[in-house]
Amino acid sequence: MKGTPIFFYVFVMWLLIIAGGALIVPVIAHISIQGFGNLGGILDSIVKAGIAISLVALWILIMSKVKNWIFHKQIRH
Amino acid sequence: MLDKTIIGILISAIAFVTVYAITPSLIKVLTKRNMVVKDYNKEVATMVARPGGPSILAGILASELTLYAFFASTDILAIIITTSLAFLVGFADDRKVLGGWFKPLALAASALPIILLGAYTPPHLAFPLFGSVKIPELYLGLVVIIIPVMGNTVNSIDVLNGVASGFMTIASFALTICLVIVHHYDTALASLPLGFVSLAFYKYHKIPSKIFPGDSGALTLGAMYGALSIIGHVEIVAAIALLPAVINSFLFLSSVKRIVEHRQIKASPVVHTEDFKLMASTDKSAPVTLVRLILANGPLTEKQVGFVIFRLALFSAALAIITAFMMEIRL
Repeated sequence: MKGTPIFFYVFVMWLLIIAGGALIVPVIAHISIQGFGNLGGILDSIVKAGIAISLVALWILIMSKVKNWIFHKQIRH
Repeated sequence: MLDKTIIGILISAIAFVTVYAITPSLIKVLTKRNMVVKDYNKEVATMVARPGGPSILAGILASELTLYAFFASTDILAIIITTSLAFLVGFADDRKVLGGWFKPLALAASALPIILLGAYTPPHLAFPLFGSVKIPELYLGLVVIIIPVMGNTVNSIDVLNGVASGFMTIASFALTICLVIVHHYDTALASLPLGFVSLAFYKYHKIPSKIFPGDSGALTLGAMYGALSIIGHVEIVAAIALLPAVINSFLFLSSVKRIVEHRQIKASPVVHTEDFKLMASTDKSAPVTLVRLILANGPLTEKQVGFVIFRLALFSAALAIITAFMMEIRL
């Protein structure tokens, strides 16, 4: 079928999104920073935002590697 | 429930009929004012009216205002205002080319009504299987990011005759089904016009196009899609239904490595064969795009490429619906 590698790429992207949820909800969402008074909430958000941004960067890196792997021939062409 | 079903049918009909009836007049007006652009994928030089955004917005406003008359809610108001602001950004870009960064920033501002009207509450991000995360401060940032990202993502898929409107028809109806699955019936009702507006516009946008949506049309569709995903708390599901367009943007950005307008790219990712089929460019400086990858195995007609994109959209829509069911399961 035409474009089969792209269907596979979409499927890998979907799996990575599900995996991201598995990491964010049970692990990162439960991180709690206390002992800084009113700043605690802000610090908590900053740390979570930092981790989330790092995860997005990691996701982009993985997708880029997967892209090169799946479309190796096409990109070289 | 019966009331909502009847209203759903009514607003769907209003959305479809408005676009279906207005677009031919818009084509005439645009052609008369010489607001036409060349369709580069046609063997015989063809000029096509642009932008179709006004008729798309008219369909959305007519149907959503009717819905608002029945159910006066701030959610519907937020959808209307955000979509209208995104249309204005797109329309300004149709009239005068805006800088690469201006459009995302202006679209981010379009998201403010969702925040100011409190239509985003509760501020949590729902994931399949694992539940949701409460991120009060972060979620506001996410709201501001979602509208420009979805707007530009839909805009980026507007590459061939009928693709943007056909793709959005599939993604929008998938979003409506997902909203019903997660029991967000009011937002599902408000999402119906998006699918029907896209479907009615597809009638004139399909190959051979009589009108192009332009930035005003594509950004209007994308911004409304984004607003619905925020208000219905189905951001992840909505992104999954848009995956082919996301891939297109991702491939483009990862090959050009900067935020840039498509029209600023000198080397075209696609060239034409002698019989005017589309063929992947061998120019190494040309960006990698979804269409270029589809064409990697050999030349295809514009219609064939469009159908491959629609099959990808259906595949993503199926994944989105599966994900919506997974939202109801907790591990």
